[in-house]
This record gives sequence, C-alpha cells and structure tokens, in this order.
Amino acid sequence: MSGADVAMRSGAVTHGGDRILRYSLVERVNHWIAGLTYIYLLLTGLAFWSPYLFWMAVIFGGGPASRFWHPWIGLVFFVSMMWMYKMWAEDMRTTNADLAWKEKVGDYIRNQDDNLPPIGRFNWGQKQYFWVMFWGIILLLISGVGLWFVEGIPWSLRYLRYAAVIVHVGASLITIGAFIIHVYMGTAMVRGGFTSIVRGEVSRAWAKKHHRLWYEKVTGDTSARR
Amino acid sequence: MSQATLEIKRMSGHAGAAPGAGASRDYDVCKVIDTTTCIGCKACEVACLEWNGYPFTPTLFDNTYQTMPETRWNYWNLIKFTEHINDDGNLMWLMRKDGCMHCEEPGCLEACPADAAIVQFANGIVDFQQDHCIGCGYCVSGCPFNIPKFNPETKKVYKCTLCSDRVSQGLEPACIKSCPTGCLHFGSKDDMTALAQKRATQLREHSGHKNAGVYDPAGIGGTHVIYVLHDASNPEAYSGLPKNPTIPWTVRIWKGPLKWIGNLAIAGGIIGVTLHYLRFGPKVVDDDRGKNGDGHERR
Repeated sequence: MSGADVAMRSGAVTHGGDRILRYSLVERVNHWIAGLTYIYLLLTGLAFWSPYLFWMAVIFGGGPASRFWHPWIGLVFFVSMMWMYKMWAEDMRTTNADLAWKEKVGDYIRNQDDNLPPIGRFNWGQKQYFWVMFWGIILLLISGVGLWFVEGIPWSLRYLRYAAVIVHVGASLITIGAFIIHVYMGTAMVRGGFTSIVRGEVSRAWAKKHHRLWYEKVTGDTSARR
Repeated sequence: MSQATLEIKRMSGHAGAAPGAGASRDYDVCKVIDTTTCIGCKACEVACLEWNGYPFTPTLFDNTYQTMPETRWNYWNLIKFTEHINDDGNLMWLMRKDGCMHCEEPGCLEACPADAAIVQFANGIVDFQQDHCIGCGYCVSGCPFNIPKFNPETKKVYKCTLCSDRVSQGLEPACIKSCPTGCLHFGSKDDMTALAQKRATQLREHSGHKNAGVYDPAGIGGTHVIYVLHDASNPEAYSGLPKNPTIPWTVRIWKGPLKWIGNLAIAGGIIGVTLHYLRFGPKVVDDDRGKNGDGHERR
C-alpha cells in the first residue's frame, strides 16, 4: 500500500478498478484492537468463569496477572468500541432494505443468496452483531468497574455489588454467543470477509454479491440490477 | 493460613506436657461471643493484631469509641459500638466483636474462582490461602457479612483465620486468650452452642432480657462464630448484623443455573456453527476472472 492508501476511505476503487476498498486502514486497525483485546478478555474471563478453564489464565501469566490486566485491557476494548461507534454508527442504522433482507435471512443461512434483496455496506446480521457488542461493552464497563472497585461500593448499597456480578456474567455470555457467530462467518463461512478486514479490499464480484447497494453507491455501476 | 499439622503426643526432654497434647481436633470448632458481657475493652483487637503481625495503619476517627468504621485487610477483629435505646427509654451500649463468622456454607468460597484460594477445614474454619489468591474480589461480593478486605499493595484479600495456625497446634485463637471478662469462649460447636444457649436462658430468666438468644443463622448453614444477643429478634441493632444472612442470590444464580446455561450455550454455539459449515459450507463468490472473492485462485 502506498502512503495515499492510508488515508483512503472505504469505497475507493483500487488496482485499476478490479478491487474495492471495503475497510480503510484506520477501520482495520481499530477492528483488530477490538478483536485482539476481546480475545484476551474472553480467555481470561473464561478462566475466572470456570475452574475447568482456569488454565487459560496460566497461559497469560497466571491468575493474579490475568486479574490485574483484565480490567485495563477491558478499558482499551471499551475505547476501541467507542471509536468504532464513531466510525460506523451511521452505517449501522437499520434501513428498510435491511428489514426486507431480514425476512429472507433463512435463505442467507442456507446459502441461497440469489433470493436475497440487495443491501448496503453492512447486512442486518452484521448490524445486530455491532449493536450487541456496543451495548454489551457498555454493560460490561459499568458492571466491570463495580467488580474492580467492589469495596468502593458502600455496604449500604451492596445490592450494586451483587448486581455487578450477574450483569457482568450475563453480558459476557451474550457477547460470547455473538462472537462465536461473528468469527465463524468472518473466517469460514463468508469467503473474502477475512481478507477484507485484514487487507481492506474485496473484489467487485464480492461487493456486488454481498452488498449490492453499497457496490452501486461506491462505483456508480447499476448494471447488476435486474 | 497454615494447613493442619501432625499433632504431637509426647516430646523428648520436654518440661511438662507436650504443647497441645490431648487436644481433640476431630470436631467442629466454634467461637462464642457473648455481647452481654463484652465491655468493649478491645483487648481482642490488640491480641489479633499482635498475633497476626500486620502493621497498624492510620484510621478514620468518627467520634465514636469504635477503632475504625469497618474491618480492614490488616484489622480482622473490630468491636462495633452502637448506642441503642431500649423499649423502656433507657440508653444501652451494644458492643459486638465483628469479624469473619466462618460460615458452614461460605459465600466467599462459593464465589471464589481461584484454585484453593479459599479452603474450609474439616473443623469448620474458612481460611484464605493468599498464595493462591488472584485478588479478584469475588469473595467480597459473596460475603453476607462484609468481611473479606483487599490489600491494594499485595493485591490479595485477607480476613480472620480463626487463628487456624494456633488451632492446628491445639491452641485457642488469640482473641479468646485476651478476653478479660470471659465473654469469648472457644471449643466444639456442640459445647459452645450449649454454653451459649445456657447463657441465653439465664438472660431470659434472670435479667429481664426476654428476647435473649443465640445468633447462629441457618441461611448459611450455621456459623462457627456464634453470638449471644440481649435481643436475638433484632440482630440488626448490633451495627447491622444481618437478620437472615444468605449467599447473595445473584452469586447463587451465577454459580448455579447460569453456569450450566452458559456452558451449554457456548458449546451449542460452537457445535451449531460447525454443523452449519458441514451442511451448507461457505459462501464463495466467483468473480469475472474465475477467482474467489478473496482474490485467490479457486482450487
């Protein structure tokens, strides 16, 4: 990538029109800050979740080290998610096209993509994932601060100590479910997705198939319309 | 802090009986705190500090006789002073030695995620093993008595050990040794319960404390520290001693049904996406040049 590419915004057409930039460098960097910090939080968190998974804390330097870093890494993840919100919130609003797409989500699951209506830069499922993680991290941050400074919560407000436990665990489990689906779809299921979040680019055909409204918007090419 | 060690029966060349010889350890231990004969002298506080050897640190003076507002990581034994107005309008001083209750079903142990950081000995003592503590503070959330305290310097949690190191050698806890009025007693749970009940009966029959009774809450399976109270119907009057302490319900849900639901959901998610791949496979885009969407040649 040349220097100009660093500042390039999503939707730019590269390589003489062959490839389309789906995620700018800044978007990719942020995605991977969020992704790697989440994986750290997931593994250390699972260590605190079950004795049978405590060995996960050992690979990160042991229980005390995992406990020490978990909240700090959590703050990094939170900042990354807020940054992601700033970049993507506009693109993540549910549109009428998404609602039409949602009706056909069964076809999407069965890989009968020809039956799907066209959608923009993100599909309905991706948007759901984004909002689950966004609200998830807000709940995790609030409850996590309560767990971090549990003795700072006065005894007279001890129900907040008890609430922090259950909110943190509940929100974690919901994000874990969403994360499993996200990783599966991003790596194994939707081919081309993983390279797009690593190198930024997708082929014209990929954009046309998965995100036709976005493809038409960024290229001005409406010939795919039937 | 220490594991039970071998009990010495005889010693060579030792003047007198071997320390701890004949001490029976195969029973549940128990401490009785008789609040009706406590004079608030704080000898037990000093003895605790002396025996356990933690530094005394500056504290908050809140214009009461109480040494500090609540127990600390280095101060496990605190007499709580309450000025209480009786039904007959008379002022009465309630003095309750606060500290770990050594629950039969300990909320701290239930909540703790670290292997062997909290142990319950067969004699009922609940003990924190700081070597294994990761400093997460879950025990603080699990305790119904606000007892475990975090040391920010060592990042470990501490509380009363019921002098497990002394008890394992056949000795009484340090606080018991120091009490000048005999309001503290230590022995088997059966003996101490009988002693406490006898004292409560005496109070009811001879001193006008009609509601005198023993505090040994059933919600946590009973405790290995029990109180004699002038008014057992109102333990809250004794600086907020909870009437029906239980392990917090969120902790019970978290460590009970939610653990199963969560584990099944995680396993179900992984199995689900695997089955999806086996059944439907990937979404592959053929572009104009016979390449996959990811730009690699199709195999």
